[in-house]
Amino acid sequence: MTMLSVSRRYFISTSASLAGGLLVVARFEAVAEPVRRPSVGAQQLGYYVRIEADDRIVIGAPSTEMGQGINTSIPMIIAEELDADWARVEIEQLPLMIKKQGDDFVWTSFPQGAGGSDGIIDAWAILREAGARARRLLQMAAALRWNVPVEFCGTELGYVVHASTNRKASYAELAAAAGRIADPAEAPQLKTRKEYRLVGTPVRNAQAEAIVTGRAEFGIDAGLPGMLYAVVARAPQFDAQVDSIDDGAARAVVGVKQIVRLDGPAAGGAWHPIVASGVAVVATSLWSAMKGREALKVRWTPSPASGESSDTMRAQMTALLNGRGHFVNDDGDSDAGLKSAHTIVERTYDMPFVAHATMEPQNCVVHVQADRVDIIAPTQVPGSVSRLAHEITGIDRDRIAVRMTRLGGGFGRRLEADFIGEALIISKATGTPVKLVWTREDDLHHDFYRPACRHHMLAGLDAHNRLVTWKQRVASTPKNHRRAGVDENAPWEADLYLMDFPATLVSNFRREYFAVQSAAPRRSWRAPGHTANAFAIHSFIDEIAHQAGVDPLDFLLATIGNAPDVKWDEDGTIYSPQRHAGVLRLVAEKSDWKTPPANGHGRGIAAHFTFSSYCAHVVDVRANGGELVIEKVTSAIDCGFVVNPLGARAQVEGGINDALSTALGQAITIRDGAAVEGNFDTYRMMRIDKSPRRIDVHFVESPHDPTGMGEPPVPPLAPALCNAIFAAIGKRIRELPIGNQLKP
Amino acid sequence: MPTTFTVNGKRQTYDSDPNMPLLWYLRDSLNLKGTKFGCGIGQCGACTVHIGGAAQRSCITRMSDVASADIVTIEGLGLGGLHPVQRAWIEEDVAQCGYCQTGQIMAAAALLKTVPTPTDAQIDDAITNICRCGTYVRIRKAIHRAAGNLTE
Repeated sequence: MTMLSVSRRYFISTSASLAGGLLVVARFEAVAEPVRRPSVGAQQLGYYVRIEADDRIVIGAPSTEMGQGINTSIPMIIAEELDADWARVEIEQLPLMIKKQGDDFVWTSFPQGAGGSDGIIDAWAILREAGARARRLLQMAAALRWNVPVEFCGTELGYVVHASTNRKASYAELAAAAGRIADPAEAPQLKTRKEYRLVGTPVRNAQAEAIVTGRAEFGIDAGLPGMLYAVVARAPQFDAQVDSIDDGAARAVVGVKQIVRLDGPAAGGAWHPIVASGVAVVATSLWSAMKGREALKVRWTPSPASGESSDTMRAQMTALLNGRGHFVNDDGDSDAGLKSAHTIVERTYDMPFVAHATMEPQNCVVHVQADRVDIIAPTQVPGSVSRLAHEITGIDRDRIAVRMTRLGGGFGRRLEADFIGEALIISKATGTPVKLVWTREDDLHHDFYRPACRHHMLAGLDAHNRLVTWKQRVASTPKNHRRAGVDENAPWEADLYLMDFPATLVSNFRREYFAVQSAAPRRSWRAPGHTANAFAIHSFIDEIAHQAGVDPLDFLLATIGNAPDVKWDEDGTIYSPQRHAGVLRLVAEKSDWKTPPANGHGRGIAAHFTFSSYCAHVVDVRANGGELVIEKVTSAIDCGFVVNPLGARAQVEGGINDALSTALGQAITIRDGAAVEGNFDTYRMMRIDKSPRRIDVHFVESPHDPTGMGEPPVPPLAPALCNAIFAAIGKRIRELPIGNQLKP
Repeated sequence: MPTTFTVNGKRQTYDSDPNMPLLWYLRDSLNLKGTKFGCGIGQCGACTVHIGGAAQRSCITRMSDVASADIVTIEGLGLGGLHPVQRAWIEEDVAQCGYCQTGQIMAAAALLKTVPTPTDAQIDDAITNICRCGTYVRIRKAIHRAAGNLTE
């Protein structure tokens, strides 16, 4: 085996595969498995490629596919540099792979999981090099076989060719010999963009046929021999505990086998390993378990949160915002800036809790045995799942197997492993394999919601309508709350981003944070804090422009001006105001921004920087008599080089519809210390009839490397939509969801 | 009292709880996992199957309702290959997470049986399934494409 540290950050190793072919493993440096949970960052990379003598090229996928297209776009990168025939590439989902090192565990090959839109960002450099190294080894094997200089051995979709003698050998024929060659230390020649044949071209979802025929396996489709089914009756109010159980009627239901009590977190304690106390009904079929749960009688202790409601939270926000919070940013002098301002604009924006509502409700299959644990789950964090299983069972982690299925949506919900914690406790009690299934009501009542918040905004303009002062006062239910092993000294850190627009563009810039108390669990929801922040920021920018009598696009471009690039975070991310202006100009051109829309029609614009990408939307709406039609969304994206334009467009279209659906109708209301909405009859998801007929997506031709795509289209959509509604009918939306605020 | 009916052309007999939703019978008794559970109240359409040729939500269809019915699931949609709607779904690269798509396809196939070339407004009326990933633009295109495929 050759093991090379090809850069400070990653390793590539080559060796013979078990079947006698060539195996290339690309991975990050031997990072310890993260102790808590993966945050946004380089934690999900590492791929292997196997070239077998039977002419298959197998690319192992360590992160899970949840619709973001990662198991199509990432193999494309390897296949490109390898010069492989895409039609022969197979993608194989890898299970969790960790190994013991001393007293701790490390990833066997590479970190695994999905989250933070960084799949492509991390993958780009390492996978190109892995593909190029594999290709070079195959060329070397051919050179040896033909006894010719390697420089004269070219490649052509799955073959090495020696042009002058017209000889040709398939990768499959050469794989065994290539697997025995020591990989040279020096970096291989990478293709230039002009030489690309696969990346940069539209490639369809590699799993499409399995999906449309119903053969694709999601977590809810998995099983183990002899398994029982479980559903859980959870506390009807946050932090209530099981007081007593009367399970006589439940046990009388045909098929019901066992009743298992689950003790949830104490009030104020970490939402770990499960989110709520409950009682599980375990039966021979899911239907029996459901009927058993209906027959179950549980008495609950009074909830310390029983007085909490959406109204009390709003009152809390009002009271907090009357005081002084923590200054997250404080550049220049905002108070003096407002005093001397020629024009002052002041507005307030409100956002509710929203739920993830993955189409596939939470579920998993778990078997806790005397000396091993088997887990099959739709999860974004297999490493955390393994740790949780060890914590609950005490069984050594090298005897805990985690197999990941396809996810019926993630959106951040499956960064939490609470549902797997429940199944582990139940299976430990029954000793049998258990399949746990949540109903939709379970899912909406016991989600980790997107934080609810209020933004109080103040801006000061000078006599030339230049934005010189910005005060943003944010009262939010912190996302990082009651998280095991995480202190809560800086609750703003997970909700606000230090360099968010328009930091560095305004002389007097202050952001102030107030932590709102709530017993409702919350965590990451697609593009986490950016969704709320972008709504407040870009709605407010539009309001300032209108008050100043300036076109919102002109106002944005003037605010950005000639500002230079700045460092965005400690990871080395750069924010380029000029690329930000670039997507604004492109979207304006493509949406015909300067041509006024017809009467009753309106157009709104917003652009935001997230996950190293720039996304601008213009929304075209028609409104009359309370009826709103979203006619068209035009988008301009700068996400660096676009690996798979078809997949990237899908992420933009999906992000737009997700954000629209959320802005139009979604809210989790809190009443008596519980979530009110329990299913899609009250938690409103947009259907095809309300979705825009047209979404035009334009990518900036960019010299930069690829950056995030799964989340960036979401944040700027809600403000662009509400700005369009204002332009059409003069009604300003300052509280989401829009619901029936347009009704006359 | 046993009930008999067919699923994907195969005769089946059922003699248990008449109140059980058809969805659980298909998934857990017949192991036909392509029909999905999304809401349990007939809202989302992930569980859509054909009963007597019409799109129905199997999560709110009780076993007592399917006596002598002919039921077709996604597994039985394409006889000896892909159905034109499935082909159109692949060609338009519709799926993201993919969970709702079998239900969407069953709804679209039923629509095209009664309305071979639907307008956008007819699609809006007939397709009430929820897609959480927001693939609606491509669903619409795929239905139009399949309509072309079907009339060719």
